[in-house]
Amino acid sequence: MQNTQIRTDEEFFVDPQRCIGCRACEMACAECETNGQTSMIHVDYVDRAVSPQTSVQVCMHCEDPACARVCPADAITKDEFGIVHTANTARCISCANCVLACPFGVPKKIETTQIMMKCNMCYDRTSAGKRPMCATVCPSGALWFGKREKMAQMRPHSTPVNTFFFGAQTVRTKVNIMMPAGSTALRVD
Amino acid sequence: MARLPATPEQLIAAFGPHKNYPPQQGFPGRDEPDRVVKTHCCFCGMQCGIKLLVKNNRVVGFDPWEEFPYNEGRLCPKGVQRYLQNNHPDRLLHPLERAEGTGFRRIGWDAALDRTVSEIRRIQATHGPHAFGMLSGVSLTNEKSYLVGKFARLALKTRNLDYNGRLCMVSAGAGNKKAFGLDRASNTYADLAHAEVIMICGTNVSETFPTLTHWIWQARDNGAKLIVVDPRQTPIARTADLHLPVRPGRDSALYGALLHQLVKHDWLDHDFIAQHTTGFQATAEAVKDYDLSWAERETGIVATDIMRAAEMWGRAKTSFLLHARGIEHHTKGVENVLSCINLVLATGRIGRPYCGYGTITGQGNGQGGREHGHKCDQLPGNRDIENPEHRAHVARVWGVPEPEIPHKGLTAYEIIEAIHRGEIRGLITICFNPLVSLPNNNYVRAAFEKLEHYTAIDFFLNETARHADIVLAGSLHEEEDGTVTTAEGRVVRIRQAVTPPGEARTDTEILLELARRLGAGDKFAFRNSEEIFTELRHASQGGTADYFGITYEKIEKTMGVFWPCPTLDHPGTPRLWEDRNFATPDGKAHFNPVSYRDPGETTDSEFPVILTTGRVVSQYLSGTQTRRIGRLVDQYPEPMLEIHPELAAKYGIRDGDLVRVATRRGSAEFPAQIVETIRPDTIFIPYHWPGRKSANQLTSGELDPISKIPEFKVCAAQLHPLGKPEPQADRATAFAST
Repeated sequence: MQNTQIRTDEEFFVDPQRCIGCRACEMACAECETNGQTSMIHVDYVDRAVSPQTSVQVCMHCEDPACARVCPADAITKDEFGIVHTANTARCISCANCVLACPFGVPKKIETTQIMMKCNMCYDRTSAGKRPMCATVCPSGALWFGKREKMAQMRPHSTPVNTFFFGAQTVRTKVNIMMPAGSTALRVD
Repeated sequence: MARLPATPEQLIAAFGPHKNYPPQQGFPGRDEPDRVVKTHCCFCGMQCGIKLLVKNNRVVGFDPWEEFPYNEGRLCPKGVQRYLQNNHPDRLLHPLERAEGTGFRRIGWDAALDRTVSEIRRIQATHGPHAFGMLSGVSLTNEKSYLVGKFARLALKTRNLDYNGRLCMVSAGAGNKKAFGLDRASNTYADLAHAEVIMICGTNVSETFPTLTHWIWQARDNGAKLIVVDPRQTPIARTADLHLPVRPGRDSALYGALLHQLVKHDWLDHDFIAQHTTGFQATAEAVKDYDLSWAERETGIVATDIMRAAEMWGRAKTSFLLHARGIEHHTKGVENVLSCINLVLATGRIGRPYCGYGTITGQGNGQGGREHGHKCDQLPGNRDIENPEHRAHVARVWGVPEPEIPHKGLTAYEIIEAIHRGEIRGLITICFNPLVSLPNNNYVRAAFEKLEHYTAIDFFLNETARHADIVLAGSLHEEEDGTVTTAEGRVVRIRQAVTPPGEARTDTEILLELARRLGAGDKFAFRNSEEIFTELRHASQGGTADYFGITYEKIEKTMGVFWPCPTLDHPGTPRLWEDRNFATPDGKAHFNPVSYRDPGETTDSEFPVILTTGRVVSQYLSGTQTRRIGRLVDQYPEPMLEIHPELAAKYGIRDGDLVRVATRRGSAEFPAQIVETIRPDTIFIPYHWPGRKSANQLTSGELDPISKIPEFKVCAAQLHPLGKPEPQADRATAFAST
């Protein structure tokens, strides 16, 4: 990659328990000109009938991204910084393999344009040394972008985890989820 | 006559609300703005810093302002979308005159101003000066708040000026003045960082002040325990260490019971009480019978949880208590506030690092707007309009004989009542939409229909302004320079990003021109906002809210100055009471005995359910602005009736069913949202919507005897299930309901 100021010492952290469901992240994400008013981050109630708890899902930028592996058109690539980019519009054939394959349910097929879209960690901002938009505006700290040491110092009761077990499958990601201190992985099944 | 000049549908077609969305690729020029303007969000008392992107005199986008110390770039959805209120198809571009049968017709400024002035003169000549009233609002800057106060007293010559702060923080203001002699949050939010216990009372922080959530979590990361008092499990209550789901209207019973336990277990700071307070004995005596079983009966909170809260608060070395409208919107609003302050004083935890107390001001300039004189009993600097010394000071600054300043007038809701009685016959409003925001609003509408003349200054034609005879196209937050004071007491700069579009004028220009035409031009010779601020500084000098040492330049340099700031070399006062020198006449903090009494309206066999109201994260106040921003409307399109499954089952209500809610004042239909996150004896409806979707058709106009705040937070209701879902079209058009 050329012409980049990506901060390799800064990482993305998601703490779902802090999500207040305000959707500032979705609205800020949709404002990005490359997203064309479509948010690449998604907030949902877990079960509104029993709790106001919401959860936020952003692309986890897997070390070995399933979306890229199943793409028959080689439209999805991971760069040297570990960012898994949204589908190359010239290549994407809109087969939705990636949508089905992603363990986190991140890629969306946009029906109007017949193209897959997903988060590229605000490449326009991060490549210019800025933080991703969602993590900049998040009012509660559910989304945070910065140095791992700073995170450890700020939130001593939590540990960042980036290993996930989906049944027999292990997925490692660039994005971290904050778990209770001492956790090492999140078992989803 | 101020009845609607056309059908509501005709008026909505012409003036909105219409939902504004940006073009898919954003507004042209967003990537190459002419200017990037550092200013603040207009949508709550946090006043988050934000950058507005300007192209060709239009706001075309936003960028986080990460250097501003309070929010460091953080925003809520309202902040992200606030730029869309500019560049909006509903924006009023010129003055309007009512046209019977068709709505409004465009007129020139001279005609509009002449008509307003001649009506003021006619009504005042016939019925006296106070027959013309004015209603203002605290989304206005400090400069405009000050200007409105001076305009009403010296140009309009009426005593009947009040403001929508009357629906916001007057209970807190009155309580703070009684206890501390001064009305401001005692601490900045930096003092949350190492508070051992944080108690937030009647404040849905995560939806009404979302960026404050960060500060609370920061404290929790440092080990703070969080107590949340709220009838609903709000998002902030969900993760709290202790959630006390108080029965609406019983707040002072809870705080009285907590004080009872502090006394019983001697969790008191005797030295502080002895040296720096008065009134403790009588206050302790007032709660001597408020034991746990009594408190459980009154508040509906299990006794063990009340005891846990008392112990957490009692044993802490540092603490921060925050409250908001949840305890203030009551006929006992002031008593509720005082009962909270008593807990702070009993433990002596104020005026020290990480020992804090404050109300969280709701409106954009809820703090500054309540200090500088557009309130019926107040002069600038938070002075008392009936105090001879205060009057003399302001008369000197204004260059008028003291008797020329009118005396205390009626409060906002009393003005509505006076219109019904025929005592007030003409009205001018700015920054206030009472048909949505005042309680029992069918009664309010009837008042507006009785007015002989009504002029509205606004940037959109809000639901109330539809009744106007003359509409003067004013300015948005981003169209004028000025200052506001945040909920922390930090005075910050609002920067003009664009000029008003079309023939619209700034609010300031409109008020100055009206003053000139009313013959008071010599008292209103301001050339810009900074000159108004300079006069405000002098007018506030020596008052409790002393801004004398604050200048635009100083604000620019320091990103905000905390008042009081009495001299130019004074650094400002982030934390009050460090010197233990309280602003009361005797220099002590005052305990105030609070005996519990019931809310103004209690449930009975006829009206058996408690109704409470509040806000949602995507809307602001009466929705004049936020019901015009597409994504904010879509996020929560219509008010829903939150109801517990037990109560729903009792009435056979299914999720999504329409329910007609009736109170002694009116009835309205809302779809049920069945959730376990509310007390089983209580229903909740958010209030931002107009017409048939307005929760304030139901609420009570009963007022706190001291603060005159209406009791929005509790009344008695009936439920009538309609057994069918709402038509889809009603949901889609709720933002513009008729």
